[in-house]
Amino acid sequence: MSVRTASATAARVLTQLRRDPRTVALLLAVPVALVTLLKYVFAGEPVVFQRIGGPLLGLFPFISMFVVTSITMLRERSSGTLERLLTLPLAKLDVLVGYGAAFALVAAAQAALVSAVAFGALDLHTGGSTWTVAALAIANAELGMALGLLVSAFARTEFQAVQFMPALVLPQMLLCGLLVSRDRMTRALQIASDALPLTYSYDALARVTTGLPLGPRFALDVSVTVGATLLALALGAATLRRRTP
Amino acid sequence: MTAAAAATGAAVSIEHLRVVRGGVLVLPDLSAEIAPARVTGLLGPSGSGKSTLMRAVVGVQRIAAGSVRVLGEEAGSPALRRRVGYRPQAPSLYGDLTVTENLRYFARILGAGADDLARTVSTVGLEARAGQVVDRLSGGERARVSLAAVLLGKPEVLVLDEPTVGLDPVLRRDLWNTFHELADAGATLLVSSHVMDEAERCDALVLLREGRIVATGAPAELMGRTQGRDLNEAFLRLIEAAER
Repeated sequence: MSVRTASATAARVLTQLRRDPRTVALLLAVPVALVTLLKYVFAGEPVVFQRIGGPLLGLFPFISMFVVTSITMLRERSSGTLERLLTLPLAKLDVLVGYGAAFALVAAAQAALVSAVAFGALDLHTGGSTWTVAALAIANAELGMALGLLVSAFARTEFQAVQFMPALVLPQMLLCGLLVSRDRMTRALQIASDALPLTYSYDALARVTTGLPLGPRFALDVSVTVGATLLALALGAATLRRRTP
Repeated sequence: MTAAAAATGAAVSIEHLRVVRGGVLVLPDLSAEIAPARVTGLLGPSGSGKSTLMRAVVGVQRIAAGSVRVLGEEAGSPALRRRVGYRPQAPSLYGDLTVTENLRYFARILGAGADDLARTVSTVGLEARAGQVVDRLSGGERARVSLAAVLLGKPEVLVLDEPTVGLDPVLRRDLWNTFHELADAGATLLVSSHVMDEAERCDALVLLREGRIVATGAPAELMGRTQGRDLNEAFLRLIEAAER
């Protein structure tokens, strides 16, 4: 792997994003608007806002980066740029690390803005450190990116790629414990929940924001999130073929 | 290096190449050698297997059998990625980036400097468009950016898939002059085309039809062999002779 090539890739991805100011505006504004909406929807039940508001801050980057990466990688595949890149002296890891670095930066900006608004203006409280929330938000962005990269190999069109969002992301949101506590789910759903990476990402965020002691379960949460990211990246890298039929 | 390639000093040596794409046998059994420091034209109608053959030379095509060796190494091997430049038929550029931004990215991967970048932009005559976003260029201009990208880092072997399609005649002439300058400087070029007037500009020709080589040789040699008035007629006679 080469730092020069990976940083060139990150710079290229960020320049592409900069060319698309509307996407950048949406990436930054939509989470803020949603958290604000959530605050007023639960105006009568502020406890609910306090319970799910914090974890949601860390989950937005997961959703955004999943969609952005799956579309961007699909374009790389269909426009022929990926094939051109793979004929050049670069390692697949350079491309992946480049994407990862670029989207981590975007996720950091996204998490910083939505956290500033939620903690500063919407009266959301966190029991733990806001820095830990931000770090988890970036980890989730990387998980979203890795999964987006992987599914881009299974989508032929941008329509298909977009449909993978409700197909793969929404079930994880439903099962992770955000809406209904996991111990109130049936055994079958608990098992499904156990098998999904977002469950662990959510648990980590919930622990930090409620100010529970972090302990070994938090360590497990973080390990699973990072491990799932690495696994998805490895599988995604395997779909970047230099030789194609 | 294979014995055959060593004997002839070929830059590219293809032996019994067999390629199946999507269940279709595109190249049944193809053997050929491409001479070094020459412009070799790969001629043939659309669907004759030109692009597939070029992809095999670059090492991006999965092959069913046979071998393709470039500069003595297996096609697509890591050592060749800096020495072989490939310009695919589709422009294969980032449409939302400018000409310079596209080329700068490829240059950084290749470790090529700013002077190399400026040189390639001027070779394809795109100085005035350097700051334009690629999506807003004409098809011909995009084709030129794509060609500029492959000139970066001065590769020893250039595989150019229909590089002059849709270009104006003056620019086409200039680019063919550039190809010969590169060959004079020692580069090996494999250029595909389906336009016969470009065939005359090549040092050597490979005529492909339905995945098989109909004829190889220098343009003058093929004309002499068939007694055709021009290359088009020569090719027709070669095809008829092959089918008889």
